[in-house]
Amino acid sequence: MHDVTLIVNGVPRHARVPARRLLSDFLRHDLGLTGTHVGCEHGVCGACTVLLDGQPVRACLTFAVSVAGHEVTTVEGLADGERLSPVQRAFAECHGLQCGFCTPGFLTTVTAFLRENPAPADDEAIEAVAGNLCRCTGYQNIVKSVHRAAELMAEEGP
Amino acid sequence: MKPPSFVYHAPATVAEAVEALTAAGADGKVLAGGQSLIPLMNMRLAAPGRLVDINHVAGLGEITAEAGGVRVGALARHAEVEASETAFAAQPLVRRALRLVAHPAVRNRGTTVGSIVHADPAAEMPAVLALLGGSVRVRGADGERDIPAAEFFTGPMESSLRTGELALSVFFPAAEGGTAIVEVARRHGDYAMAGVAALVAPGHARVACLSVGPVPVVVDVTEAGGDWARAARLVQEQIEPEADIHATADYRRHLTGVLAARALKEAADA
Repeated sequence: MHDVTLIVNGVPRHARVPARRLLSDFLRHDLGLTGTHVGCEHGVCGACTVLLDGQPVRACLTFAVSVAGHEVTTVEGLADGERLSPVQRAFAECHGLQCGFCTPGFLTTVTAFLRENPAPADDEAIEAVAGNLCRCTGYQNIVKSVHRAAELMAEEGP
Repeated sequence: MKPPSFVYHAPATVAEAVEALTAAGADGKVLAGGQSLIPLMNMRLAAPGRLVDINHVAGLGEITAEAGGVRVGALARHAEVEASETAFAAQPLVRRALRLVAHPAVRNRGTTVGSIVHADPAAEMPAVLALLGGSVRVRGADGERDIPAAEFFTGPMESSLRTGELALSVFFPAAEGGTAIVEVARRHGDYAMAGVAALVAPGHARVACLSVGPVPVVVDVTEAGGDWARAARLVQEQIEPEADIHATADYRRHLTGVLAARALKEAADA
């Protein structure tokens, strides 16, 4: 067993876990942060995407013990208190989700993407979400949400 | 799907990592980015008894310009190598190929050296290393050695890396002439059904094909003399593609010919 402490959404969180504990299960089972969803568990679907030191990674392809001490942002950490983040509001406004299972992975992925590229072209927005699977929406409204989030962020400033 | 149990080692230095790997023997496996290893473990296709996590080893993440090319350290993530101006200046094919590797979230964690050591014949970076005639620097209990790409890939997911050896870096040579890489995948970011990396220099042309053999298949097409349709036929004669759920062998052969002509033309124009 290993003592693992991660800075999750700005707060140090600790658990004693076996080395084989995936970061996705560490967040969900050990810390109770069930916002991160687990889909395929082999890196294809993108539902479990979290931000590791600000960069999107597959939580299901990361051992918690391997990233001890690092900063992790989950979907629970995107909002500012009760106020949803621009990306979250854009997805709600543009109907960028239906069942919502894939949504946490899209929200984290798009949040990091827009930080790097605040005014994406259409093909860039499509490329940005290409690593996340959604079986409900057909992606059109997700791409709209990416553009809307970019607008909201530009309006509201940093 | 949960990975099987393993004993975890987190060495802080290369010497400690080699020691742990040597002690683990055939039961040991290196964990770097884990983007190939952890899916295999989750699916229980791999069950190493001991993992030597090199993520805490200092000095393995460097990307360094060297005479005649660029050296990429074992912990340099795909995304870092892709963004590296040093790597791009030395060998632009590296960046172009990395943009075809999986998706950004996987490239943020996965390492270029790890992808090469994993030696998947469907992967881009082994083909790039084979095309360029690069090498892999490894260290074992007996010291360091450089393994040329032509001797490194020995079979599907098999390399000439010995038990107890740690890959420290790979060297991508600069190349006189132009390079290109093209592929066709069912979905963007998937492993390609077929793909071709090409190098065209004055008086010389060759390609490396992926997904059409047990290792990256390098074919010298110099004798085609710039007739890329003829070069494509030469390539098609040299490959032995297999069928799987994504494509028949004939379709892979057809695709590889088309892609070879396309990649060679692009490389010649570059």
